[in-house]
Amino acid sequence: MASADPVIRFRDVSKSFRRPDGRGDFVAVDKLSFEIGKGEIVAVLGKTGCGKSTMFNIVAGLIEPSSGEARVIGHDPFREFAFFRGKIGIVFQNDRLMPWRSALDNVRLGLQILDTDAGHANESARQWLMRLGLSGHENDYPHALSGGMRQRVSIARAFAVDPEILLCDEPFSSLDEMTARDLRAEFVRLVRLNNKTAVFITHQINEAMEIGDRVLVFHHPARIAYETRLDASTSEEKRRTMHDDIMRVLSVEQAPT
Amino acid sequence: MTNSRTMRVLQAVAGMVVLAAGWQILSYVFSHYLFPPVPEIISRTIEVLITGSLLVDVLLTAGRIFGGLFGAFILGSILALVIGQSKTAENFIAPVLTFFQGIPALSWVVFAIIWFHGIEFRVLFIMVMTTLPAFTFQILDAFRSMSKDLFEMTMAFRPSRWTLFRFLIVPTIVPGILTAWKVNLGNAARVVVVAELVGATGGVGYQLLRQQQLFDMAGAMAWTLQLVLFVLVVQQTINAIENWALRYRAVSERAM
Repeated sequence: MASADPVIRFRDVSKSFRRPDGRGDFVAVDKLSFEIGKGEIVAVLGKTGCGKSTMFNIVAGLIEPSSGEARVIGHDPFREFAFFRGKIGIVFQNDRLMPWRSALDNVRLGLQILDTDAGHANESARQWLMRLGLSGHENDYPHALSGGMRQRVSIARAFAVDPEILLCDEPFSSLDEMTARDLRAEFVRLVRLNNKTAVFITHQINEAMEIGDRVLVFHHPARIAYETRLDASTSEEKRRTMHDDIMRVLSVEQAPT
Repeated sequence: MTNSRTMRVLQAVAGMVVLAAGWQILSYVFSHYLFPPVPEIISRTIEVLITGSLLVDVLLTAGRIFGGLFGAFILGSILALVIGQSKTAENFIAPVLTFFQGIPALSWVVFAIIWFHGIEFRVLFIMVMTTLPAFTFQILDAFRSMSKDLFEMTMAFRPSRWTLFRFLIVPTIVPGILTAWKVNLGNAARVVVVAELVGATGGVGYQLLRQQQLFDMAGAMAWTLQLVLFVLVVQQTINAIENWALRYRAVSERAM
């Protein structure tokens, strides 16, 4: 468990959805409890459909838990939606760039929504594009950028608003391994450099272990089946053991219905 | 690219030349009061364009078309946004608009003559009522096609309703709005002539009525061409606006 003042805290959070065919409810999250402290990078790992994204959407304030208590910086992310203006940055699985905005304008979006001074927003957006290696592409529209470049723009967009918390939902899953590896390293460097708290959802064990200070493995419906901590000093042998343990935990799970 | 554009223009011109040639042949076969020669039609068309007192009638009709379309666009946009955000509103409004769609333009002309006195208000009423449903449904479709992904991404920044409207909803519905204007422009041009034909003392429709009373086919063609030219100019203007507003779209080099 994390420090005394967790940035994110879930207590017995459950979320169910009505099935499209009307035959009862589908439980996506079941009495999930965990805490994430300031400055932590937590990787959430689980099979497709295990409820990771539902947990993610609850933290982001996009959906409300059916029961239990979700707190982010001590506030309810769904009911106190406006409180989180500028406090949460999100990198989604797909880049979600507005096709009618240039790369620079996409990065500026959050700053414009937060009513940041136009000159500052422009400068900040340029800086973030430069840090992510996209200088010279400021005026390119998304269709003119590669998948990796578009995802870099979406990372720049999330960082540009200087949020306290970064939520990432499998942001590199659609990229080739080389690009994904580069972006992962860059992402971790930026999170540490800017002292952010990050929740990183993934379904790849190696990615989770490469990024997270802590790895939470979910079973379906979303609940913690396994938890481990690791850092730079964690030996290769211990990492291999953790990897095998995670594999074992994931393999015993039944496919979600 | 330039070659294919030139080819398109040449093909379009060739089509018109064939049409004009066919008409000219008919003018040799039949009396000129039925099929006046093409040069006479062209000369009468130019006469309307360069004679101030006649051009006023063209501008009057153009003003009525724009007035009606603009009124229907504003009202249709408001209705589309209301319907888009409330199922109850949709249940109330959508059937009424569908009902309106089934009413012929000529019926609206009759209703307007019975209900109202002012000519301009009559024409405006007819124009708005005949184009309102199409504007509303087209803008509503554009609103509903808004990407859920982009909506969630924008909401994650916690925008105000106005900011959401400005940054997401407006750019999303712009293509639909432009299509609605293009589609409704042709409809409006047809309806305005009917409205002027029956209940106005000026405009292209009124002039067409005069040509019919004088049995002047060249005049009728000249006034019809004013309307066709007007629609073509406005369509091209909308196309230019569309090309600029949607310049972000990727264009495949391979033609369909």
